[in-house]
Amino acid sequence: MKHTLIAWMRDKPGVLNRVSGMLRRRNFNIDSLQVSHSETPGISRMTFVVDGNERMVDQVISQMRKVVDVTRVEDISSKPSVVRELALIRVQTNAETRSDIVQMVNIYRGEIVDVALESMVVQIVGSEDRVDSLIELLNNFGIIEMVRTGRVAVVRGMTERKHRRSTAVWRARANGYENMDEERLTTGGV
Amino acid sequence: MTEANLDGQQASAAEESIPMTGAQMVWEAFVREGVNTVFGHPGGAILPTYDALASYEAAGKIHHVLVRHEQCAAHMADGYARATGRVGVCICTSGPAATNLVTGLATALMDSVPVVAVTGQVPTNLLGTDAFQESDVVGVTQPVTKHNYLVTDVSELPMILKEAFYIAREGRPGPVLIDICKDVQNATGEFRYDMAIDLPGFEPWPTVDMSKIQQAADLINRAERPLILAGHGIKLAGVSRELLEMVERAEIPVVTTLLGAGDIPESHPLSLGMGGMHGEAYANRAVQGCDVLIAMGMRFDDRITGSLDRFAKQAKIIHFELDKAEVGKNVVPDLPVIGNLGETLPALLSLIEERKHPDWLTELNVWREDSGQTDIINYEVDELIPPYVIRQLWHSTKDTERGPAIIVTDVGQHQMWESQYFVHEFSGQLLTSGGLGTMGYALPAAIGAQMAYPDRLVWAVVGDGGFQMTLQELAVLKQERDLPVKIAIINNGFLGMVRQWQQLFYEKRYVGTPIVAPDFVKLADAYGIPALAVRKPEDVSGAFKQALETPGPFLIDFRVKEELNVYPMVASGAAVDQMIRRPKPTVVQGFSGVEPSW
Repeated sequence: MKHTLIAWMRDKPGVLNRVSGMLRRRNFNIDSLQVSHSETPGISRMTFVVDGNERMVDQVISQMRKVVDVTRVEDISSKPSVVRELALIRVQTNAETRSDIVQMVNIYRGEIVDVALESMVVQIVGSEDRVDSLIELLNNFGIIEMVRTGRVAVVRGMTERKHRRSTAVWRARANGYENMDEERLTTGGV
Repeated sequence: MTEANLDGQQASAAEESIPMTGAQMVWEAFVREGVNTVFGHPGGAILPTYDALASYEAAGKIHHVLVRHEQCAAHMADGYARATGRVGVCICTSGPAATNLVTGLATALMDSVPVVAVTGQVPTNLLGTDAFQESDVVGVTQPVTKHNYLVTDVSELPMILKEAFYIAREGRPGPVLIDICKDVQNATGEFRYDMAIDLPGFEPWPTVDMSKIQQAADLINRAERPLILAGHGIKLAGVSRELLEMVERAEIPVVTTLLGAGDIPESHPLSLGMGGMHGEAYANRAVQGCDVLIAMGMRFDDRITGSLDRFAKQAKIIHFELDKAEVGKNVVPDLPVIGNLGETLPALLSLIEERKHPDWLTELNVWREDSGQTDIINYEVDELIPPYVIRQLWHSTKDTERGPAIIVTDVGQHQMWESQYFVHEFSGQLLTSGGLGTMGYALPAAIGAQMAYPDRLVWAVVGDGGFQMTLQELAVLKQERDLPVKIAIINNGFLGMVRQWQQLFYEKRYVGTPIVAPDFVKLADAYGIPALAVRKPEDVSGAFKQALETPGPFLIDFRVKEELNVYPMVASGAAVDQMIRRPKPTVVQGFSGVEPSW
């Protein structure tokens, strides 16, 4: 199974090398890896996808935590999260195919970000599945060049659920249900 | 970064910063860390630091031991650290010197030894230009260190030095390397050493889950056939006394790993000695026959487990371990107890009930008897064989005025014979390269241990192959005013362990294993070291006596039987109890009964 892990690390020279070197030397299979700044200055955030069983992912996390510059590692696979990938694809075009391509890109809610006489650049943001299937379609027209960011992810916030719960409680109270049992409270009054 | 962490009280007591060069900072930090011996070799890029050493040496604060090869600087620091439990320090220049360190650092990393290595680097403006003696030391040493640093700014140096010692020492120990650019050594900066360490990603001591300890105690108290598998962690945490108390109270037999030798005294009736590839048959049978296996401070190395698919399948496995990454890496335990053994073992001890396991112990003793039938130790021998030499070494060193000897072994057949036939009485009596299996380790590591304890008896036991890898360090013995390291060469004219594998698995095609050695006695003589060659069993004890009585270093070249194999043996890939047992010795004159005659 594929696991999405997020690691936070001190933004020191060579830290990416430390992490990627450890992953290589311990023979872990990494599908994708993406690094960027995080909300905290001086801390980078790495999103990476590991293909393996629970035990292997557990090893990856433990070994990762031993890298001195890594401050935190989390497996978000089992948590509700927003997962996205961005791809830029340069596709061959001509007068005949141009409108077909535009239509497909629109269906996929992608964007045409550059147009030339014989090619155009398509930008798509979405889950990997969606990016994959658009790429498959565009392949029929001939892909000249392509770049993908790899998976990035954030865990969905809990505020929404709390809010719903409190509204539900408020509504129940307003309707005269004073003694709602604990179970109903925790299920948001449903 | 540092001041922000100090509260008001600490800030008022803060040390005044002193202006000094980067080179001086290195030695000043060493002194603050309690370092009094460093092992090193000078060179261009580290010259400013060596220059600053002069005043520290003159003041008697730091003693520098000049090595003949940088690999040995790391091994000496390693031997020093293993013997004392403190951080060992080595220092050398850039490029080839730093790459020479790699083997020593890898050895220390595999065996969890705290070492700090300082290397010089080309000046910052030449970094990345392929300058003379430049190499990417941080890149090269990354996989073989716990952490490493490249210092390009003198203002960062004090903090980096402090962090390096902290990281090397705390939690599971390991080597840390600091690569310092030459201009940084010359630059002047502010030095103070009381700043707080701020390493948010470094958690050396995980919090102990006490409920796990209760569960472990319940399992152990209910066990009918319990067994402890003790490793290096017992020594690192300094808990052999607690271990012995637990073992005696609950009557649990103990098998150790190679680095766990002496975790409980091997003369103790509950000690089964070493297990694994060349462990005793009864020790491995015990592993495969116990109902609760209590692994403590060990990492289930393939040399101890044999085939993982068939390792102790019948047993509930409890794994006491500091490093979480070692738990479940090779063997998935039924109950992991993560934390410092210094905390977990005393906590466990308070919950362990007094128990007796007569049936289990009787069974083990039957197995032990069975092994004794073929053990060469129960026969008279008229040839000079290594087990006999090792046994005599033990006899000659156990009751000396200088206390029990520290034995440093190299890698190969003699290492296994030493672990089988020497009776290790305390944890830390045997220093050896277990994880990496570094040939050439023994002599430099013995020098390191002897530098730490000048009055103790230190024996390097080494094969003729491994000795030829680092024998240039004999000069150090002379230069360090006749450092009294004693050397026993088990000389069989072969790279013996490899030859054994060729005999057993490659139809006796001895390719590359016959090895020509110099006349070691003449060689020692050239270095000004007294030496002796021994060819007959009856001369062995006399030679050891002479070595002991001679002040300073002494070398004995034991010309032992050439083709002799280490048994028992678990072939790689086999289950740990599928051993090639000891064949009945062919060199016997007669079975001399149960009491070992030697």
